[in-house]
Amino acid sequence: MAETTLTHDSQLDRPQGWQGIAADWASDQRAFKNVSWGKAMMWIFLLSDTFIFGCFLLSYMTARISTRVPWPNPSEVFALRIGGSEIPLILIAIMTFVLISSSGTMAMAVNFGYRRDRRKTAILMLLTAALGATFVGMQAFEWTKLITEGVRPWGNPWGAAQFGSCFFMITGFHGTHVTIGVIFLIIVARKVWRGDFDIGRPGFFTSRRGRYENVEIMGLYWHFVDLVWVFIFAFFYLW
Amino acid sequence: MAEATANGLGQHALHPARDAAIVAKAETHQEHPIKLYLVVWAWLFILSTCSYLVDYFGIHGYLRWSLILIFMILKAGLIVAVFMHMAWERLAMMYAIILPPILVLVFVTMMVFEADYTLLTRIAFFGPGP
Repeated sequence: MAETTLTHDSQLDRPQGWQGIAADWASDQRAFKNVSWGKAMMWIFLLSDTFIFGCFLLSYMTARISTRVPWPNPSEVFALRIGGSEIPLILIAIMTFVLISSSGTMAMAVNFGYRRDRRKTAILMLLTAALGATFVGMQAFEWTKLITEGVRPWGNPWGAAQFGSCFFMITGFHGTHVTIGVIFLIIVARKVWRGDFDIGRPGFFTSRRGRYENVEIMGLYWHFVDLVWVFIFAFFYLW
Repeated sequence: MAEATANGLGQHALHPARDAAIVAKAETHQEHPIKLYLVVWAWLFILSTCSYLVDYFGIHGYLRWSLILIFMILKAGLIVAVFMHMAWERLAMMYAIILPPILVLVFVTMMVFEADYTLLTRIAFFGPGP
């Protein structure tokens, strides 16, 4: 258990490197040789989601470059007054740490899932969901603060009008993803807790038997949400 | 034709049991030591702190942008490679998923030129910023 289990290339007798890519894709069979359909489809969904967020960040970049009006300074806009002094961007930093921690607990949950440790897996998934909900709560606080200060999609007190629309669109879409993730985390955690993946109980929606791999697929989605935040944090808040 | 069949579907049909066995055996799970995740977790914390400190200390100009990008790429790489287990996938999978988002950079380049042009026309018509 202490060592990384090599489950892939050692058992799969196939060419490596560029020859491997050509051989896998040209085999007239499944292209992803050792990846189940569930996982492959989640990856392809995440790829399409990457393009959606990519387009949001692109349009934000275009708006910010093309405006004559100075862009509001995020460092000041998102500052919080704690103990009498303005600390720049502190709420966003805390949100980043919360989301990274949730990614860490999710990775642990996947690990314990494959070790068939139902209790630890479910607890870690619920912890991940709690951290995700905390993140959404802090985002709601941030939105409320900005709206009371007069930020609207069509204008704000500090500068370029496009700031509001970019902010609400990008963080709103990301927050929606986190919320959906929290809901699915709770659903999958319940399945783990009940032992659905041990007895092969049919799912309520697809009527198909789940496996512990479902935890990993759920994890892929959750890490993606964290990944998108890394880019939003860099480009929207820090740039 | 007969040859093509023998190499392609025909062969598949000849050994369905063997192929299924290979897939079932290969389609196993990702299991790595807990320590690996903890180390990556710690690194993500360190890198996030660093990128926050860039703002806290008010670093500006090219140094700021390059630091932000470096920390961002390192964080994204750690998450995708270790947390999402991409480092252990076959190359066919890696390239299928990672290459397309990188190609978005072409779109970025196009929009940088487009936005610069828009700014230029705005300045030409409305004068420099208020």
